[in-house]
Amino acid sequence: MRFLVFVEHHEGRLQKDSLGVLSKAASLGGEVEAVLLGSGVNELAAEAGKYGAQRVHVDDDVLLDKPLPQPRVDALETLLADQQFDAVLFAASVLSADVAAALAARLDAGLNYDLTDLAVEDGKLVGKRPALGDSIYVDVGWSSEPRLALIRSGTFEPEEAGGSADVAPFESRFQDFSLAATMVEQAHEESEGPSIEDADVIVAAGRGLGGPDNFGLVEELAKALGGAVAATRAVVDAGWYPYSTQVGQTGKTVSPKLYVAVGISGAIQHKVGMQSSGLIVAINKDPNAPIFEYADLGVVGDLHEIVPKLTELVRARKAA
Amino acid sequence: MKIAVCAKYVPESTAARRIDPQTKRLDRSGEGALNPFDVNAVEEALRLKEGGDGEVVIVSLGPERALEAMRRALAMGADRIVLVADEVAAGSDLVATSRVLAAALERERPDLVLFGQQANDADGAVLWAAVAERLQRPLISQVAELSLEDGTVRGKRQTEYGYDVIDAPLPAVVAVSDAINEPRYPSLKGIMGAKKKPQEAVSLADLGVGAEEAGEAGSRTTVEALNDPPPRGDTEKIEDDGSAADRIVEFLLERKAI
Repeated sequence: MRFLVFVEHHEGRLQKDSLGVLSKAASLGGEVEAVLLGSGVNELAAEAGKYGAQRVHVDDDVLLDKPLPQPRVDALETLLADQQFDAVLFAASVLSADVAAALAARLDAGLNYDLTDLAVEDGKLVGKRPALGDSIYVDVGWSSEPRLALIRSGTFEPEEAGGSADVAPFESRFQDFSLAATMVEQAHEESEGPSIEDADVIVAAGRGLGGPDNFGLVEELAKALGGAVAATRAVVDAGWYPYSTQVGQTGKTVSPKLYVAVGISGAIQHKVGMQSSGLIVAINKDPNAPIFEYADLGVVGDLHEIVPKLTELVRARKAA
Repeated sequence: MKIAVCAKYVPESTAARRIDPQTKRLDRSGEGALNPFDVNAVEEALRLKEGGDGEVVIVSLGPERALEAMRRALAMGADRIVLVADEVAAGSDLVATSRVLAAALERERPDLVLFGQQANDADGAVLWAAVAERLQRPLISQVAELSLEDGTVRGKRQTEYGYDVIDAPLPAVVAVSDAINEPRYPSLKGIMGAKKKPQEAVSLADLGVGAEEAGEAGSRTTVEALNDPPPRGDTEKIEDDGSAADRIVEFLLERKAI
């Protein structure tokens, strides 16, 4: 099987989820190639080789400088007109979801999305997708080529295999309508402390926290546990905490070893962002909060009493 | 200024969900509603229309009985509904759905097409990009703020890294985030007036879409099997009696998490 992986990059680094998908494709066997689009990205191409790409197709073009989806659809169409791939894989993000869906329409090629696994069974590629709040797992397939697949973010860990890739430059042919949208401004927030994607421990807070002033409670606990602070959509929308810390749909997908959910009810939109965490501990005053259905340890109680006590106990334990 | 809002008829959020083992599709036989995320798109369309001439058209693909749920948008202030109701279109995947919706939109020729953030019965959140592609129009997605000036739409896009501000000339396609506004509640007058507004059900033939281009025949993905989820470990739930913090530490030690 010949795979093409769409590799995203941000601020001069290849994006972790894309590298994870690359590693997954390499583990399925066959030929694994990557496509890298942008301006000034030639330098980055070789890096993809370390994660399993045998060849990296690169279009280094100023028209691909900004992270806009439609020029990338043109680029992929150009590449796929010359090269036959069995499957084109994308790690889900705001950008790549748009690219994958538009490419599906352009090529009339099937796209399966929100996949949490890929397998080759009897020589056929099969995608696995949880449905109905993860109560059922659906095996999905394709009836056209190339098979387009959008993988849920945070699904596959990158594995450095230490290979090297050929770099194959190509030149995209652009459509007028694809170039019509233009980027006026990019404003990227930076959060302090360890980023939530890389943290082994995350303490996350939801609306149950009561207000932005109470974030000190979770920050102290995170510090004691050596972890990062995350927030739910509701909290970020209310302006209590920066967007860069948002977990869940429209935010980040995280999979730390320990996830402590404080005052989070745990609706499905949040669950999809953190359910692959190793251990989940939840503190919430509502005994019927959905998070108790999937927390390894659920505590019904007042977070304002429990969290400071817990912070003290953890500190004492670590000092001992 | 003509704005089309693409809206979906979804099962009531309180209803129990099941997948029909025969068709392997979501069982949609129960009560339905206008997808709550699309209500934000309706609100934004009404907001953009305010104070100017214009029309807000709801465009949907669904069963005939979806009309009743779609009337909520009319009660909010939208002007009319075009519902593509055709049994042949049931089970359409992204490729087929985008084709049918694009055909309905081509017929309307709106200046702006709006989508909600996602459907609450699927985790796709990709349809708008496929529709923009078929219409060959510029696209802005995940928009948390939207403004319109001199034939250009400006959207503030929420991404993993922060915000991007993107301009697109009309006609364009925009998918809004549900953070963009607080939708209004329909007034009693609005609800009373909704039934009298134009509500048109069209078939695939009306749109010039062949039966082989929609439904399962027009789809390019398949459902192969339904499986049980992987087993989850035991969960423990306690009530705080003053010792919960101790129990959490004990638990973390047992699991070697600290």
